[in-house]
Amino acid sequence: MGSTQMPTPGIDGTGLNLQSSAGEATGDPAAEMIQLLGPDGKLGTDPVFSDYAKRLDPEQLRGFYADMAKVRRFDQEATALQRQGELALWVPLTGQEAAQIGSGRATQRQDYIFPSYREHGVALTRNVDLAELLKLFRGISNGGWDPRENNFHLYTLVLAAQTLHSVGYAMGIQRDQKLAEAAGSNEPKAAVVAYFGDGASSEGDVHESMVFAASYNAPVVFFCQNNHWAISVPTEVQTKIPLSNRAKGYGFPGIRVDGNDVIAVHAVTEWALEHAREGRGPVLIEAYTYRVGAHTTADDPTKYRGSDEEHAWRAKDPLDRLEKYLRSEGLADEAFFEQVKLDGDKLAAHVRSTTQNLQSPDIRESFARVYAEAHPLVAEELAWFEEYSAGFEGDDEQEAGN
Amino acid sequence: MTVKKFNLPDVGEGLTEAEIVSWKVKAGDAVAINDVICEIETAKSLVELPSPYAGTVAEILVAEGITVEVGTAIIGISDNASGEPETVQAPAAPAQPADQRAPQPAAETPMYGKLPDGDTSDAGPAGGPLVGSGPKADAVKRRPRKRPEGEGATGPASSGQQAGEAAAPVAAVAAPPAPAPARPTPTPAVEPSPAGAQGGVQAPGFTGLSATVSGLVSRVLAKPPVRKIARDLGIDLADVVPTGAHGEVTREDLVSYQSQRDAEVDRADKFWGASKKPQEQRIERIPVKGVRKATAKAMVESAFTAPHVSIFVDVDASRTMEFVKRLKASRDFEGIKVSPLLILSKAVIWAAARNPSVNAAWVENADGQGGAEIHVKHYMNLGIAAATPRGLMVPNIKDAQDLSLKELALALNELASTARAGKTQPAEMQGGSLTITNIGALGIDTGTPIINPGEVAIVAFGTIKQKPWVLDGEVIPRWITTLGGSFDHRVVDGDLSARFMADVASILEEPALLLD
Repeated sequence: MGSTQMPTPGIDGTGLNLQSSAGEATGDPAAEMIQLLGPDGKLGTDPVFSDYAKRLDPEQLRGFYADMAKVRRFDQEATALQRQGELALWVPLTGQEAAQIGSGRATQRQDYIFPSYREHGVALTRNVDLAELLKLFRGISNGGWDPRENNFHLYTLVLAAQTLHSVGYAMGIQRDQKLAEAAGSNEPKAAVVAYFGDGASSEGDVHESMVFAASYNAPVVFFCQNNHWAISVPTEVQTKIPLSNRAKGYGFPGIRVDGNDVIAVHAVTEWALEHAREGRGPVLIEAYTYRVGAHTTADDPTKYRGSDEEHAWRAKDPLDRLEKYLRSEGLADEAFFEQVKLDGDKLAAHVRSTTQNLQSPDIRESFARVYAEAHPLVAEELAWFEEYSAGFEGDDEQEAGN
Repeated sequence: MTVKKFNLPDVGEGLTEAEIVSWKVKAGDAVAINDVICEIETAKSLVELPSPYAGTVAEILVAEGITVEVGTAIIGISDNASGEPETVQAPAAPAQPADQRAPQPAAETPMYGKLPDGDTSDAGPAGGPLVGSGPKADAVKRRPRKRPEGEGATGPASSGQQAGEAAAPVAAVAAPPAPAPARPTPTPAVEPSPAGAQGGVQAPGFTGLSATVSGLVSRVLAKPPVRKIARDLGIDLADVVPTGAHGEVTREDLVSYQSQRDAEVDRADKFWGASKKPQEQRIERIPVKGVRKATAKAMVESAFTAPHVSIFVDVDASRTMEFVKRLKASRDFEGIKVSPLLILSKAVIWAAARNPSVNAAWVENADGQGGAEIHVKHYMNLGIAAATPRGLMVPNIKDAQDLSLKELALALNELASTARAGKTQPAEMQGGSLTITNIGALGIDTGTPIINPGEVAIVAFGTIKQKPWVLDGEVIPRWITTLGGSFDHRVVDGDLSARFMADVASILEEPALLLD
């Protein structure tokens, strides 16, 4: 931010400068960022993480690309469905595909994921039917899928609440594993990933969860997608230092990774999960990325940010750079990209028809789920509700007297 | 071939209207799913709407520059008659894979709200949209008193036929909607979903539910600032019809109540028409309909079929007033509104049991051969005449004879608050056996009430105020009220009506007699 310092005497210029000139300038030069695959599609090296990248075979790399393209296509279809009145709201992820696919693909079956509400890409890597995600946004379900099936928890709309859930869950895993080990079990060890954003990082919940995670050495990876905008609040307002630096204060490692570099994200997350599974405690990953679209379909980012910033980030598109790499290395041919596109459209058609055929739930189900057992007050309220609804069936002519 | 209507959706959270800024298609154009058809401007932003249907644009229903409500049909699209597969226009990403860099929208087009071009592919059938399903602003309008018949009643098949009702068509209809759809359209069997994804969305059902809850605590709900405004304006919150999400009185409710009150007062000055105009032009003609019409019909019927006899009695209700005061202070009745009407209700029930003929009905032609019958009812469905926003209504408390004093108090409270809110159900007004009209609440001493049709007696409860009263030869101030009663002389003779009224009066004079 050196070039945009305020010249006011007595102020060092690091703190008060809330508005930075362009997207490029929001990067903090002081933060070291792990990057393997640059925007030019060239693979670089890193003393630690190149080893992880080398483990990836071409099939996996093509899979990364296919997933990213698929979830972007899904995102567009869901946005269109919202504009057509089929969804009450949609939360687009475009721009953050690498951060989500890279990290999601690094998890193992036994790991447990706590998403925020934008992790459609992670859902894809966990084999959740993406059409299920839309139930929540259509307002017919409070969840949509069974989190136990794929160890992918329900979306949490309360900002940062899931970070606490994650740490609690990780502490539970810790205890289970202790018991299992004592019993001589050979089960693979599990870890938890907590997804949240730069905006949520300002919530007290994140602080509490990091304190607990550190104190109990919980097997949890805090995966923060810094997409630069908490709705209309830029990251510079949320933090004066790179978010990854905060981990130092809690006493565990923090890594900033290029969130648009799927290979680096995968490597860093794999490293962090190993770290956690081996009992060495939590890790904070800050995936430095950008929300290219709106916060939600109810948001209009032109009101708070310039298009030059969006430009700068589009040049770092995660799909573009992997495609360049795959093509230049001869790892994928035209037919592959054609197939990816067809698969995306197929997914979109599936999501569209599934959404339009979703059934509204019976209101009685909501009453039935208030308590585990029948409750007289709930029964009374249901009876009242039914009577009330029945009152709308008759006509409007009413007797009057006196 | 059928024409499907696309209704303006809520593209933000809780938007109620939008302006059509520009149309990107015209009648006769072929469109694919997700093709941009128009640009709209909402309170939040400018957005492009993608087509939910594939086919040919049949008609544009709203002109550019016009602001329409969410849920209004804006375009009609006829599907391809040939039955060729519909295609989904893939809204391509702004940052596309390198080889498809056709129209890289990078610089010019921001991607939110924009749905860039792309290729097409097969897609599933397009069902009916959940149009206008987004959160509605506030329940300022009454919910229609009917439900969709069965689920899925909002499918496109039905909406497709109520053409042009929403807005003036600005383009000629290219293809008239076929009255008989050739094939059933896949209808999402979904009622217009009342719920949105996040907070701030209110399902009508829940409004009702919380309204009951608030009814149970029998307290008017309002936020502190609203309470303060009400106090400042001298408005009793209980008089205001609440429209808030949880049945609470909102600031807007107060404003509209106040403006109505102001308007009534203002009108008083201007009420008398300018006397220069002929009198013929100084008559305001109000169509008689709804509750007014029903009331009129009932009253005429009653007054002309049942020979009324009315009697009056002055009562010293001082002990009733004391009793009410003690009840109010009692812990048992904490939070329950207690008024002299409660004692009167109890008195009427008590007196009716001693004089059963007043709790009866005259039934003409009961045997089918012209013979009439008197039906004496061994239950008390106690009617309470209530002024409501929709006019006079007489809901009744079923089997009031079985209720304890406290239960009766609760029943009266609920009946009043339901009526005030305009939510009295038809069933609550049927089967009454005897009615009380509490004209005293309006400061009136007494009147000759007209019997509620189907009943033979009605009691009018006048205002209670301090008056000089002679007690043991001395004039002292006492709380005095006047009871009026009208009876159907076909059923209730003079002596019986007198005994009944005297019994009621005796309870007001000495509520302890209820302990009998």
